Amino acid sequence: MIETAVGGRKAIGRSDTGRRVGPDEVRTALDSVPDPEIPSVSIVELGMIGDVEVAADGIRVELLPTFVGCPALEVIRNAIEARLAGFGLAVAVDVSFATPWSSDRISPAGREKLRQSGFAPPPPARPGRALPIVDIASPVAAVICPYCGSARTTLDNAFGPTQCRSIRHCEDCRQPFEAFKPI
Amino acid sequence: MTAESAPAVARRDPASIARTAAAALTPPVRNALAELLLTMADDEFVSGFTDSEWTGIAPILEEDVAISSIAQDELGHARALYELLAGVLDDGRDADAIAYDREPEDYRHARLLDEPRGDWADTIARRFLYELADEARLASIGDGFPPLSELVAKLRREERYHRMHLVTWIDRLVRGGDDARARLEKALAWAGADAATVFTPLAGERSLIQAGILTRSLAEAEAAWRADLTAILVPLGLAVPPESTPSSSGRTEHSDAFRWLWGEFTAVRRLDPEAVW
Repeated sequence: MIETAVGGRKAIGRSDTGRRVGPDEVRTALDSVPDPEIPSVSIVELGMIGDVEVAADGIRVELLPTFVGCPALEVIRNAIEARLAGFGLAVAVDVSFATPWSSDRISPAGREKLRQSGFAPPPPARPGRALPIVDIASPVAAVICPYCGSARTTLDNAFGPTQCRSIRHCEDCRQPFEAFKPI
Repeated sequence: MTAESAPAVARRDPASIARTAAAALTPPVRNALAELLLTMADDEFVSGFTDSEWTGIAPILEEDVAISSIAQDELGHARALYELLAGVLDDGRDADAIAYDREPEDYRHARLLDEPRGDWADTIARRFLYELADEARLASIGDGFPPLSELVAKLRREERYHRMHLVTWIDRLVRGGDDARARLEKALAWAGADAATVFTPLAGERSLIQAGILTRSLAEAEAAWRADLTAILVPLGLAVPPESTPSSSGRTEHSDAFRWLWGEFTAVRRLDPEAVW
């Protein structure tokens, strides 16, 4: 988290109503912006928000795309700008790859909300590995069925209805389900 | 607060970051970087459009989803690379203008990706050869131009899924009976003849290596690709594409099939340049 230093002090913006605006206030506000494709989780819970800077002249938010070609980016950008408009400061949303988004960035609360919505949260992607755990045979690919909790699930299709999801099948409750890709 | 009174936080988009970073490069490095970005972006763009032709008509529903998702990934990768290129060129064109406002002969995708879609075996063979080649190329990008190396770190995470999918398909077709195997062998021989064109030498390769933007020559990347191919194809009893001498025309001569595809993917832009989603 970065607070921009101005004149040797940490600058805190003030809204036009005189309310204090710092990075924490901005993050709290963004935690109510839903992901457009899985509205039960917020963009903060998905780990899509990187650095937040607040200076006297405006708010800067770093947005980390889950996938480079994510078609929802403009929608998310507009939603961020709309949500922060109430602070009365200029807002810049910067799409950035400086920190590559990984499914490991999804918060515990986000993982639980995904599960409750029928999406299996991803197993650890473990940056640096030659390959993420996606092959069918791998015993470490413990993707838990979001419906019955079984670990006996198989990969049907690494590619699902959006870039960040895959399709699996539960051997116990026989339910097909979507899983967030480890990436 | 109106926009006039709060102009302070200008958006830092990828093109503006690339423009700033490229300003520190010497003209030869900058030109070479533009050439590298154009070839990478055009490869992803053309292969993405070609494979999007399968949307709705892939052999099975699951594969329809998969090939469409891969095509969507590649078009997204192309967009990100064109955005960097727009910053490096800094000639007033944005990513869309670079992607759509060129004549067919000005595209610089490899000849491997210039062929018509063909049948399913053709698509699998071509994409398999390309995914592994692209991986070898991405593994050759150094830290000399951070906007590119940062993007590449993200691209490589995504491309792993493409590789896994294509390797699975090669294995499936080899074991899928005589007809499937024969079609795959024919397709690998057909696409294999042009596969090394992905590594067509760049005019400014040496300066890219000196600037740390490339960590090795494309010829060295090609050798790594051949080793990778050999480790997968030989155990399956499949032939590795023969070595060929690099052709300077590997990215400059285009087919009628590509001219048709160009007509398709530029249709909306030519009809209405201001069209937005």
